[in-house]
Amino acid sequence: MAAGVAAWLPFARAAAIGWMPVANLPMPVAPAEKNKRQDELIILNVSGRRFQTWRNTLDRYPDTLLGSSEKEFFYNEETKEYFFDRDPDVFRSVLNFYRTGKLHYPRYACISSYEEELAFFGIIPEIIGDCCYEEYKDRKRENAERLMDDQEDNKDAKLPNMTIRETMWRAFENPHTSTMALVFYYVTGFFIAISVITNVVETVPCGSAPNQKEVPCGERYTVAFFCMDTACVMIFTVEYLMRLFAAPSRYRFMRSVMSIIDVVAILPYYIGLVMTDNEDVSGAFVTLRVFRVFRIFKFSRHSQGLRILGYTLKSCASELGFLLFSLTMAIIIFATVMFYAEKGSSSSKFTSIPASFWYTIVTMTTLGYGDMVPKTIAGKIFGSICSLSGVLVIALPVPVIVSNFSRIYHQNQRADKRRAQKVQKARLAKIRISKTGNSTPFLRSKRNGLFNEALELTSSTEEEQRLSKSTSLLESQHHHLLHCLEKTTNHKFVDEQYYQQSYLEAGLQNYPSRSPSLSSQDGVTGTCCTRRSKKHHTPLPNASAPAHIQPLTHTHTHQRGLQELSTIHIQPLSTRMGCKTFQEELQTTACEPTEMGFDTPLQSEHARGRGSTLELPEQPDHHSNHQHSHTPGDDS
Amino acid sequence: MLSAIWEAEGLQTVGIVVLVCASIKLLHILGLISFSEDSVEDELELSAVRHRPEGLEQLEAQTRFSRKELQILYRGFKTECPSGIVNEDTFKDIYSQFFPQGDASTYAHFLFNAFDTDHNGSVSFEDFVMGLSILLRGTVQEKLNWAFNLYDINKDGYITKEEMLDIMKAIYDMMGKCTYPVLKEETPRQHVEVFFQKMDKNKDGVVTIDEFIDCCQNDENIMRSMHLFENVL
Repeated sequence: MAAGVAAWLPFARAAAIGWMPVANLPMPVAPAEKNKRQDELIILNVSGRRFQTWRNTLDRYPDTLLGSSEKEFFYNEETKEYFFDRDPDVFRSVLNFYRTGKLHYPRYACISSYEEELAFFGIIPEIIGDCCYEEYKDRKRENAERLMDDQEDNKDAKLPNMTIRETMWRAFENPHTSTMALVFYYVTGFFIAISVITNVVETVPCGSAPNQKEVPCGERYTVAFFCMDTACVMIFTVEYLMRLFAAPSRYRFMRSVMSIIDVVAILPYYIGLVMTDNEDVSGAFVTLRVFRVFRIFKFSRHSQGLRILGYTLKSCASELGFLLFSLTMAIIIFATVMFYAEKGSSSSKFTSIPASFWYTIVTMTTLGYGDMVPKTIAGKIFGSICSLSGVLVIALPVPVIVSNFSRIYHQNQRADKRRAQKVQKARLAKIRISKTGNSTPFLRSKRNGLFNEALELTSSTEEEQRLSKSTSLLESQHHHLLHCLEKTTNHKFVDEQYYQQSYLEAGLQNYPSRSPSLSSQDGVTGTCCTRRSKKHHTPLPNASAPAHIQPLTHTHTHQRGLQELSTIHIQPLSTRMGCKTFQEELQTTACEPTEMGFDTPLQSEHARGRGSTLELPEQPDHHSNHQHSHTPGDDS
Repeated sequence: MLSAIWEAEGLQTVGIVVLVCASIKLLHILGLISFSEDSVEDELELSAVRHRPEGLEQLEAQTRFSRKELQILYRGFKTECPSGIVNEDTFKDIYSQFFPQGDASTYAHFLFNAFDTDHNGSVSFEDFVMGLSILLRGTVQEKLNWAFNLYDINKDGYITKEEMLDIMKAIYDMMGKCTYPVLKEETPRQHVEVFFQKMDKNKDGVVTIDEFIDCCQNDENIMRSMHLFENVL
């Protein structure tokens, strides 16, 4: 329950008087406030700075240090205050959490000291408000990576007992670990450079024989270039095979981008070897040579900046996509317009719309080659609009990409978007779990049998004492309120699992082969009666009526749901008085098959426990089974 | 040939028109010219309504709470609603927090109307404590009166079956979906029937205030439950 609304609990309880004339059943007794304290100010002395607040404020969160009796350990008898030897600045935001219900992360605070304080005071960081959560997570991630980097530097000391394979892999990944690795690193770099330069120089026209036209060097010194190429490819092949051997996960290595680049770089050579000077395929062979330029990408292993650039482009995929899309739209529009505008003029270069694409692109990127120029007035007007809009369309997404690159370069993060998503999911899951704690405490306390009718009749004070010991007053009042609502409407609160259970089992009987899944069903209350009326049933003795609502003991192992919910047992009515009200319930609801409804969970649960077959004659066994498992929980 | 010339001229015209319109729009955006005399002004945002309650002595006189109790109540009230008044949405939010499993908004709506005695769409602190004073410290007569007022949605002095059905559905909505036994469509209706059988003495289809109070005073359960929340504050 949130902080502020704890103050409104008296109002909610008072408003419950509105249900009283409507209810048909007697209401449960209210939890008594034995020693009703006047609300008092308490003094919290944190390293000399005194904070004062009402005791009620702190009681709002009973599962933290300040809200529970744990703070009594810090009580100072002489000065009548609670003394904490902690940071007073961070304590401010801790105390504000009690006051306002929202936890804020102060920007000036160091992230680790903040987390320590939160851990000391028993507050989970996940409830930091949305306003500060981003900042908190960013700082935390930064910190974690910084720590990791520090650790990695320490890890460079050689670990003993590493296999050859592991040594090699480490050498490949971090060239600074050993001299051999460094040598290998520089040698491969050198050969990549040689290979690229060779490819380039091959096409330069060398000096020619007097009466022949100029030939590129590649054709003049074929043998030399071929030897150079062979040497480089051999080195690359050896390197690739060594990496493949050393990789801890070969499959993953083969799928990685760098290894694909390696393969693409050396493949043309081998294909060229295999294919002889066949006239037909020489054209294709020439094309394959183009791929040799991919060797330059091998440099990205050597350069951190190149990798970051590649990663930036990948992470800005959406902005790039938007840029491309808007450009395409604009190009098509303007090309069409220009084509129709220039159609009238003679000797126009704008022969078709695709031909106008070239003009549009050149104009929008402000290149302006001048090979295609509009001649009509309309064409000139639209051409100028085209160039103006081109500047805008291109200028807009570029700063985004630039800032992205700068951010990544400075922080040097890998896959941070993916990790943030996971973290967000985990955070929401945690908050959701703590929020569903709203309903489960009520159901849990029902199990403890604190709200059965015996209490009302006997009104034994020991049980009331037990009550206030296990739950805070606020909680017990809230539970009392919910219990009143149950009495008013004659229905009981159950948890999600059991509800799905009872609904699914009604369906399971019709379709024994179907495997139940938690997520599939939605309650359709209208059909419950009709479905249940088809069942056979044997009349159950009264004493076993309470026993049937124990399916969770058997079926929770079948469920893949939340662990916390699965351990909750529903203990509706464990006494004879309870049975009597059961009968009352049966009478007040006019729907006949309700009686049968009590049987089907038992039978179908039984069916579930034993597989998918219904074995009615075994019921007595099952009852005893139930009773067996029932007794530990049945404590009143 | 002619058509080609016309095409070219047509496009020329279009181009010039586009240019002129674009420049006018640009000037308009820049604020240099405006089209209509009654240009749209930024609507002055109504500042949040702030409300300060009457003095403590006055409230003490009007309600049956002591000074200390009023202080505690006001502190809680002000924390949740710093502006001093509760509007219906905030009211629904607060009330729904107590019933996490169901949907308390319909019932909160009826409650809001019951507390908002002057029907101005907001509940001030005075309305709040007046209502609480009746509920917690009032006589049984007053409490029943209040409950009747809650059920009588249109405040005409009669509770009809439709009104009661609305209230009943709102109450059952608060239970939510996960109940045992599973809530059926006709459960609220049946409950209303039971209620009317009990309350409607002359069987004229409506329940008046006298029938209501009469019947409740004869019912032991209801009488007992009226005293249930006396020690709340």
